[in-house]
Amino acid sequence: MSAKVAAFKAAGFSVFVMGLWACGEGPGPRETGALRDLAGADAVYQDRLIEALIDAQPGDVITIPAGVFVIDQPLALTVDNVTIRGAGMDRTVLNFRGMTSGAQGLLVTADNFTIEDIGLEDAPGDLLKINEAENVIIRRVRAEWTNGPSSENGAYGLYPVQVRNLLVEDCVAIGASDAGVYVGQSQNVVVRRNRAERNVAGIEIENTVDADVYENEATDNTGGVLVFNMPQLSQRGERTRVYQNRVYANNRDNFGHAGTPVASVPAGTGVIINSNDAVEIFDNDISDHKTANIIVSSLFSAGYQDAARAENFDPYPEGVFIAGNRFSGGGEAPDLLELQALRVAMFGLDGRLPDILWDGYFNPAFQGPRLCVDNGEALVLNIDGQNGNAAPTTAMEAHRCALPRLAPVALRPPLAP
Amino acid sequence: MSVMRVLIVFWAVLVGACQGGEDLRTQSAPRSFAEEDPLLLSAWGMLHLTDSGVAPNAGAVAYGLETPLFSDYAQKLRTVWIPEGGSAHYSEGRLEFPLGTVLTKTFYYGEALDGAVLASAPVDAAVIDPAANRIIETRVLVRRSEGWEGLIYLWNEEETDAVLDRTGGRFDLTLVRDGEERQAFVYAAPNVTQCAGCHATDAGDRRIAPLGLSGRNLNRHFPYLEGDANQIDALSVAGWLTGAPAELEEAARLVGWSDATASLDDRARAYLDMNCAHCHNERGPADTSGLILEAEAPFGRATGLCKLPVAAGAGTGNLRFDIVPGQPAQSILIYRLHSEDPAVMMPEIGRAISHREGTALLSAWIAAMEGSCS
Repeated sequence: MSAKVAAFKAAGFSVFVMGLWACGEGPGPRETGALRDLAGADAVYQDRLIEALIDAQPGDVITIPAGVFVIDQPLALTVDNVTIRGAGMDRTVLNFRGMTSGAQGLLVTADNFTIEDIGLEDAPGDLLKINEAENVIIRRVRAEWTNGPSSENGAYGLYPVQVRNLLVEDCVAIGASDAGVYVGQSQNVVVRRNRAERNVAGIEIENTVDADVYENEATDNTGGVLVFNMPQLSQRGERTRVYQNRVYANNRDNFGHAGTPVASVPAGTGVIINSNDAVEIFDNDISDHKTANIIVSSLFSAGYQDAARAENFDPYPEGVFIAGNRFSGGGEAPDLLELQALRVAMFGLDGRLPDILWDGYFNPAFQGPRLCVDNGEALVLNIDGQNGNAAPTTAMEAHRCALPRLAPVALRPPLAP
Repeated sequence: MSVMRVLIVFWAVLVGACQGGEDLRTQSAPRSFAEEDPLLLSAWGMLHLTDSGVAPNAGAVAYGLETPLFSDYAQKLRTVWIPEGGSAHYSEGRLEFPLGTVLTKTFYYGEALDGAVLASAPVDAAVIDPAANRIIETRVLVRRSEGWEGLIYLWNEEETDAVLDRTGGRFDLTLVRDGEERQAFVYAAPNVTQCAGCHATDAGDRRIAPLGLSGRNLNRHFPYLEGDANQIDALSVAGWLTGAPAELEEAARLVGWSDATASLDDRARAYLDMNCAHCHNERGPADTSGLILEAEAPFGRATGLCKLPVAAGAGTGNLRFDIVPGQPAQSILIYRLHSEDPAVMMPEIGRAISHREGTALLSAWIAAMEGSCS
């Protein structure tokens, strides 16, 4: 602590007991999907919050009282071992709508960070970004663009990237123009009991190693749950388990920006695996996706034929296991013209595509199982991209295979005992 | 202004009064503070205000950079001071500074009669005339036992001193280009936490360090009051630098981004290095993007050529690749440099206004490239 801060504390100026302000009841009920009304919101408090973030010492808990707080400049935390705690995701609201600079509402570059019980809203860029950190908990946080889905909204709601040992639980993400919950280039991750709706991608796991995604609810996004790999990054993702989630009716028109990976996701996709390896999708309820309940694809069909051949990048999904999911509905109106034509040609005017769609690109040199399915009557439609879609097929022999099961992710201390 | 900040200013005035009303008009020798963060800039003794203006105090040395970071067209007066007996060491183009070293960077603009601020190319002035300039902030970097620390001082109305404000500040300014085109913008002086947003170039250790003060960026002439001299030489002669190469012509030197005698390629790479590579390096916070913009990185996919964006969101501008050879208007790099939308623009912090001249340079660089991404 600097001498000056010490002097302040001695002088009694440093009353950073923010809870003193917690006498208010917080915001009244807000109609779902209604733009946050900032009339009467507290525009002064942000100075105290910024000072608290600057003065934070390891071990501090920064308590933010109930209320709606206008934040018009980017917030940053660089101190390890700090917790930011609100009074509830609907009671303590930081609204970033007026920001004129800064690409994130709150940027955290610190280890052993926890944020919980707070609502983050309306940033022009990302709402919460946590960059290169270890041991992070994001819990009961609401990340929402209150104007509803729009290409003008920021890209990511909750955006931990290059985080080792990460727990995202009981959060809500709404309205992101890219992904509501985006876990990028991370390692040892649990994403559970979150709700993602009205985003382009509900929950996206990208270039991440060892992730368990379970008991989440994803609906009304363009794509519900994404497991992606992108080229040119330091870490290639593998080993993600997606299980016991409720993924339904993710049919929203894609409002992502062209050129982003999610812009390639067809509207009406439940779970999509792109260029990732060793992915298990099991015991989920997946229903009513007009393109397909599950898509397995390569970077080739994401519209990047040339980039897919990037040096040192394997664009082929391999070691994918799909089992025991409960599928219903879907496949009746695929988002792509070619798929629509294929549906009519193969399954008739009123037919539907099977539950699982595979773009059919594969590496001939790879000997192991590519896509194994043990899911009752569910079929795979291989659209044979490798051969210019010459011979699409629903033959299942190639998919009756076995893979060694992945071990559950074990969060390390201090996230777990 | 918060109650807290009113109190800080009030207290600063009181402290100033207790110290005998000293401000930058009182000449005092440069000094370092190992722990204390002095409330007034004048306490550091780095700058001195005389009838001719604000200049480095006796003992402190001004320096300039061949290619600086763009900061909303602000001019910058930079000074360095090393405590008695200490010296910096030159090692493979990097400079290591001793404990107690103090750097200041004072941000100011030429001022029009109506208070608007003037956009102009960076100049190597060692004196700021307060009558003709609007002085906004001075950033201090001090080398302490734990490493470098950053402090922000905001100038008072009278331009006689600056007051510590760890929360930074925002100023509604109007920029005038070419004497007529006007643009209102919010100039943001960072809070001290944001120092790390640029100065922590390694996202793993997150230590902050000077950015401009490198051997290659200092390897140029500066118009000292005593006469024109190479800055590396001048620091060596003053005893502040050891290990510098004797043949500076052959030593590492960053090209000036606006140096018309240099190649387009070198100029563009120097510009990207100083404006982007503090984040976009192999260990930097933007290594998440896979885009590496250090001048020495071999040009190719990783430096943006036909490279896919990873997590750019609206930053793609609906374009597919960072750099499309021959097609600046199809290149995400140009789109983001041109933008003034916080969700889109690069760099993410440190500017509100697009740098037209820098963007024009990079556009010309891309336009001259051959090839395609298909």
